[in-house]
Amino acid sequence: MKTRLLIASALAALLLPGAAQAHRQWMMPSSTVLSGTDSWVTVDAAVSNDLFYFEHNPMRTDGIKATAPDGTEVKIENPATGKYRSTFDVHLTQQGTYRIASVSSGIMGSYTLNGKQVRLPRGTTKETLVAAIPAGATDVRTSEAASRNEIFVTLGAPTTTIFKPTGVGIELVPVTHPNDLIAGEAASFQFLLDGKPAADLAVTVIPGGIRYRDALKQMDLKTDKAGKLTVTWPEPGMYWLNASVGGGREGGPGSPGGPGGQGAAAGASPAPRPAAPAGPPARRASYVTTLEVLAP
Amino acid sequence: MQIAHKLALTGTAALAAAAAPASAQTMTLSVTIPRLSVAEYHRPYVAIWLEKEGAVPRTLSVWYDYDMKNGEGTKWLRDVRQWWRVSGRTMKFPADGITGATRAPGEQKQVFTVGKGPLGAVGPGNYTLVIEAAREVGGRELLRLPFTWPAKPGAVVKAAGASELGAVSLSFGK
Repeated sequence: MKTRLLIASALAALLLPGAAQAHRQWMMPSSTVLSGTDSWVTVDAAVSNDLFYFEHNPMRTDGIKATAPDGTEVKIENPATGKYRSTFDVHLTQQGTYRIASVSSGIMGSYTLNGKQVRLPRGTTKETLVAAIPAGATDVRTSEAASRNEIFVTLGAPTTTIFKPTGVGIELVPVTHPNDLIAGEAASFQFLLDGKPAADLAVTVIPGGIRYRDALKQMDLKTDKAGKLTVTWPEPGMYWLNASVGGGREGGPGSPGGPGGQGAAAGASPAPRPAAPAGPPARRASYVTTLEVLAP
Repeated sequence: MQIAHKLALTGTAALAAAAAPASAQTMTLSVTIPRLSVAEYHRPYVAIWLEKEGAVPRTLSVWYDYDMKNGEGTKWLRDVRQWWRVSGRTMKFPADGITGATRAPGEQKQVFTVGKGPLGAVGPGNYTLVIEAAREVGGRELLRLPFTWPAKPGAVVKAAGASELGAVSLSFGK
């Protein structure tokens, strides 16, 4: 039973970073503000409780992509995965802002066939959903999930070319550039959910260095009608920012069955199934970023 | 490569400038770089720039390891972090008339002439000359020298640092 739970939570962690589990997924760049014509950043990537210490699991690097200011993909170099963290390098040769991101989207769910509940295979998408459900399946429950874990690094002056929204999941649009954050100054960001302003989105911000203090110093924020929020950084350092819908996450609306667990209400089956949790919400999305706030 | 500046002269300000007596035409900056007794000493990177409310900050000098191969010295320019944010990150290096080698501990003088070089034209108004020093494996310090232009020849503005900078003064001459 315990093993099963572990596997289940590991799967959830892979599919939906930051969803329905206590651990926090993050990427930590060696620098976010760089100068010169040719620079490198090294990134640590892990899933952990404390920020930003690697003490639980590494994050996988195969889904991580770096995008240059001109929109081209940049190779992730020297990737390595250890017991507690992954690490990789990105070579910056263009002036402007780069995005380093692990993005996934897909459909999760299950169906019942011959009295047995079967999970949809991993990697199911809208296109493959029909093929994935065999004839005769009943009690089909599906949930669209999109996750995005990204960081930004800037060589020279900040640019905004890589912030063009894709329209999938939760995305950040800069009002204040995420590589231009200074302690004591207010910064604003806009969040989109599937390309539209994410109003009333709960956003959690936690400063790093948890291990050496008692209080979490978590900031619970909420976007306005336009999906915008403003943060005033109390001190310099690295901050972890997380937003989610339908995932029962830190700062996010409730887990399945909770306020945000729409699946509970929209579930296809009225039959009570005490052994299994309530059906997944129809839409899940999560967003994670690490922001560096510099001293004035 | 010099960044472009626009200093708008309002009608009254222009009149005031015209009515002012022969104004100072040079600014002499003296920066003392302290001698530090530390295990590993590197000369600091120093940026000097001019600020005026409503105008683009104007970089006057950047002392850094400009002569390393492949411009490797530029990698650490961002550590002069306030200057990097207000001006440095939009510049190209080496910058004509601005780039200079790092300076040794002691008093370092630099003369800026109004209407020439990186200082350029100076319209009347309130300015701040800012000096920021950041040292490899060391600390960072920033000093601000406020003054009003036109300034009287012979006038001096002073400040003193506590760690990475020593005494700093800006004097105005004809």
